Amino acid sequence: MAQPLDRLKESPSQTAGPYVHIGLTPNFCGIEGVYAEDLGASMVNDRTRGERITVHARIFDGTGTPLRDALVEIWQADAEGLYNSPTEMRGTSDPNFTGWGRKATDMESGECVFDTVKPGRVPFKDGRRMAPHITFWIVARGINIGLHTRMYFPEEEKANAEDPILTRIEHKARVSTLIAERADDGTYVFDIHLQGEKETVFFDI
Amino acid sequence: MGAERLPNHKLETGAFFQRDRAWHAPALTPGYKTSVLRSPQKALLSLDNSLSEINGPVFGHHVLGELDNDLIHNFARAGESAVGPRIVVYGRVLDERGKGVSGALLEFWQANAGGRYRHKKEGYLAALDPNFGGCGRTITDEEGNYAFRTIKPGPYPWPNGVNDWRPAHIHFSVFGHGFAQRLITQMYFEGDPLIWRCPIVNTIPDKAAVETLIATLDMQATIPMDACAYKFDIVLRGRRSSLFENRLEGN
Ligand SMILES: [Fe+3]
Repeated sequence: MAQPLDRLKESPSQTAGPYVHIGLTPNFCGIEGVYAEDLGASMVNDRTRGERITVHARIFDGTGTPLRDALVEIWQADAEGLYNSPTEMRGTSDPNFTGWGRKATDMESGECVFDTVKPGRVPFKDGRRMAPHITFWIVARGINIGLHTRMYFPEEEKANAEDPILTRIEHKARVSTLIAERADDGTYVFDIHLQGEKETVFFDI
Repeated sequence: MGAERLPNHKLETGAFFQRDRAWHAPALTPGYKTSVLRSPQKALLSLDNSLSEINGPVFGHHVLGELDNDLIHNFARAGESAVGPRIVVYGRVLDERGKGVSGALLEFWQANAGGRYRHKKEGYLAALDPNFGGCGRTITDEEGNYAFRTIKPGPYPWPNGVNDWRPAHIHFSVFGHGFAQRLITQMYFEGDPLIWRCPIVNTIPDKAAVETLIATLDMQATIPMDACAYKFDIVLRGRRSSLFENRLEGN
């Protein structure tokens, strides 16, 4: 026998279930007066630096039906590429930008909308710069463990072509599942497919 | 948010241990029917953490209201309280190295003592409690300790099989120090015969893994003539030390 490593095991994930809103967006589901505001409801204020953008996200199940009971969190760098996190060692991020947003998908349309800024580029481990991206984390009834993915920007063709994550994807046809579309009004539309031909690339990260 | 530094000793900035996907439930678990159309079918893209996952939002105590960790009173009318067996839930948030995780935001939600949620999609005929909302939150102290007060939730039936019941449970959402540690799970109560009959519990393949989600009755921590206590520890992914790893430029 060798010495034991004495590591603990991560607590196993369990589905967020259909009532995740009660815990994470209580005001959204009509439980008012407990918290002044749902956490993550706003990411920006009047003084936030950078280009304002709006992202419309939807999540589709294997039949193409949008999930109306999902909860989506996004996490991203500020306009300069810095994270609003105590472990950000490269500098001080914009104090008027939280970098983190949380929304429930609409109970009718299945859409959730984030008002944020376009993130700057963040270095990868080897010093190469990643293309601007927003990390998505999705939980819902029927999802046993939160799904990680990223949204990239359609106008960043050059940066996307050299992005260390996108270039790791073996089946090039699937890269487009991580790139948002730009609507006529300038907002971004990011459709996430849980299954099927258009299944989004999800990360074990 | 993150502008305030963690009360922690030395800031750690390494990547997190790879997730043991065999310990967690797989995405496709036909016994839990909703997973069938909501489970990715293609292989996940496995990647070491980048700064986007090593960093994460951290929440200061200023976000908390006075009654956020008291579900018995945080929705109740003045002078009233929620109906049900009064309990204290306490424990530690640790990482896989056994280190306490300080400053971790815990959010929890649950049904009332009758097994009924306050939600418009809820169809169970059990009564609503006008004094119970069902949500609460707290932040761990420097050693990773947390505690909150609530009522013991009731079990409830749900449409999956014709006669499937959820054991009594509290849902937990946890933020550690990096977005890669983000976790949602559920806490069960020691001795509940419904645990091993539940299709959602049984999505987890390993019995030992399920047992880590069952809180223990702790008679030493009870408040006499007031509330029983349950101990529930939560483990988040551990962090690699960056001892011999190349540092990023500018670090
Ligand atoms: Fe539940």
